[in-house]
Amino acid sequence: MKVLVPVKRVVDYNVKVRVKSDGTGVELSHVKMSMNPFDEIAVEEALRLKEAGIATEVVAVSIGPAQASETLRTALAMGADRGILVKTDATVEPLAVAKILKAVIAEEAPRLVILGKQAIDDDANQTGQMLAALLGWGQGTFASKVVIDGDAVLVTREIDGGAQTVRLALPAIVTTDLRLNEPRYASLPNIMKAKKKPIDEKSPDGYGVDVAPRLKVLTTAEPAGRKAGVKVGSVSELVAKLKDEAGVI
Amino acid sequence: MATLLLAEHDNKALNGVTAKALTAATALGAPVHVLVAGQDAKAVAEAAAALSGVDKVLLADDALYAHRLAEPLAALLVSLAGGYDAIVAPSTSMTKNVLPRVAALLDVMQVSDIIKVVSPDTFERPIYAGNAIQTVQSTDAKKVITVRTASFAATGAGGSAAVEAVGAQADPGVSSFVDESLAVSDRPELTAAKIIVSGGRAVGSKEKFGEVIEPLADVLGAAVGASRAAVDAGYAPNDWQVGQTGKVVAPELYVAIGISGAIQHLAGMKDSKVIVAINKDEEAPIFQVADYGLVGDLFAIVPELKSEIAKVKG
Ligand SMILES: Cc1cc2nc3c(=O)[nH]c(=O)nc-3n(C[C@H](O)[C@H](O)[C@H](O)COP(=O)(O)OP(=O)(O)OC[C@H]3O[C@@H](n4cnc5c(N)ncnc54)[C@H](O)[C@@H]3O)c2cc1C
Ligand SMILES: Cc1cc2nc3c(=O)[nH]c(=O)nc-3n(C[C@H](O)[C@H](O)[C@H](O)COP(=O)(O)OP(=O)(O)OC[C@H]3O[C@@H](n4cnc5c(N)ncnc54)[C@H](O)[C@@H]3O)c2cc1C
Repeated sequence: MKVLVPVKRVVDYNVKVRVKSDGTGVELSHVKMSMNPFDEIAVEEALRLKEAGIATEVVAVSIGPAQASETLRTALAMGADRGILVKTDATVEPLAVAKILKAVIAEEAPRLVILGKQAIDDDANQTGQMLAALLGWGQGTFASKVVIDGDAVLVTREIDGGAQTVRLALPAIVTTDLRLNEPRYASLPNIMKAKKKPIDEKSPDGYGVDVAPRLKVLTTAEPAGRKAGVKVGSVSELVAKLKDEAGVI
Repeated sequence: MATLLLAEHDNKALNGVTAKALTAATALGAPVHVLVAGQDAKAVAEAAAALSGVDKVLLADDALYAHRLAEPLAALLVSLAGGYDAIVAPSTSMTKNVLPRVAALLDVMQVSDIIKVVSPDTFERPIYAGNAIQTVQSTDAKKVITVRTASFAATGAGGSAAVEAVGAQADPGVSSFVDESLAVSDRPELTAAKIIVSGGRAVGSKEKFGEVIEPLADVLGAAVGASRAAVDAGYAPNDWQVGQTGKVVAPELYVAIGISGAIQHLAGMKDSKVIVAINKDEEAPIFQVADYGLVGDLFAIVPELKSEIAKVKG
């Protein structure tokens, strides 16, 4: 069984992004970029399936600028077998990403695709569901447990109020939640080995996918700030403030 | 044409986030129809019909929708979409699962988690964990929108819409329900609570959550939240997580106990009306957003706070 893992290059989660003063977006030059944390979890899950003898090959794919190949190298260093870079400098929305991934899947024919539940830059939380829709496959989103069971996959999902388990016919789509696993760090020898693993380069045009955005970003602004309040000296002072000043208890 | 609002419920009761999303749906300017998809969910449909400004309630009552799996529910929404300019839903784990599937089937780019309706095609939404607010205009003929309910006030009662039955659509047949484990709690839900008491890594154990955090929540009639670190360590269940990748809340009062204030946590609570922080490190970033900060050991402060509040509440 082949497993496909889409990985996205995003601003590192430790970076506090700044809005550009002219309102055209956020400052992305000279900031540290990393693999979307949920995608690391997706790569890890695919590798565990391979180590368990269930997956035969793990293929990572990224859609983005030339530098997205660094993100693919990270996936390869973790243990993925090969990479596909669909190179574009354009802004690609989740719907366009899903269309490109559908075309990649038509060529690669994986039985399972594992994505992150959301990318921490746009926080759209859409791509996996859209891809499942375009393929007519079942979707196990926000997964905290994934068990392959013959021709099906059992996915335990984090939902409001608890957990839900669904059974999906393979091929299927899974998106990862935070507690599915703890991703491994790439070891130095594996980082060296990854340099020799193949990365195929493709383009959206080559797949015949129109990536023209459907959403027009008019402005990007700083959120309304919150000013720091006061430090109180004691519990009784706090209770008095909450009661008399804030009126919330 | 009209706007279709997908209701959030548990087959028995309409979830309060629906009335908040209704406020956003109404702001689009067209009549609003509410879709209740469930099993034995008549009471839910009646509750939706009683909300002010609802024009009509569609009830799809069928075993196929008992657990609102994405595949059959998306098929139902797509079958209805022809009659609507916009499909709107409160942002919940259910709608986050199903709405992008609907959007892709309609070849529409969804607008996720809107916090403001600027005009019927233009919306504000947070990106980068709320560190930037984007104003986006959708060029799609049909809009598919999820609503961050913490940003909208609930629409009140006062409606008397008709409830109309709609038939089930064929099951795409790629998914089935296996089981569900839902926490039962007498406390209010995080997304509906007026007061939230949250604990972080510093609480130290599940037992301490029960001994220190939960009693304070109970005297306040509050919901209990947690940081990701506390959830990852197993001190609190997954769905208590507040933050960028957990729940986004905006209660009247948010009490952060032993939480440092990482941007991912702030993303989930910084729109709360009043924030109280209790932390032993006076430099902790949480104090930068707190209205009232108390520096000290939570294990000494929180029990004292509980008894002081109990006294005030008489
Ligand atoms: C330099 C640059 C600037 C951009 N600026 C903007 C902007 O200002 N406004 C804007 O709206 N968009 C912008 N985008 C596009 C945006 O970052 C996303 O690619 C797109 O919107 C997908 O949204 P998401 O990642 O939130 O999707 P989600 O649905 O949250 O992503 C879920 C999962 O889908 C997969 N996935 C998503 N995208 C990719 C990808 N490209 N390659 C491989 N897997 C992927 C991953 O597994 C990910 O975890 C920009 C992109 C680039 C490269
Ligand atoms: C992709 C991604 C998504 C994430 N999403 C979320 C999210 O949704 N929500 C979230 O919360 N986090 C999220 N995080 C994690 C986030 O970055 C932080 O790691 C986390 O919020 C820290 O939790 P904490 O404040 O409980 O722990 P810590 O940062 O360890 O803080 C503990 C605090 O307790 C204080 N303390 C210690 N002992 C005492 C005592 N006796 N009395 C009083 N105070 C004490 C310390 O001074 C410290 O400030 C995410 C991270 C990533 C990478």
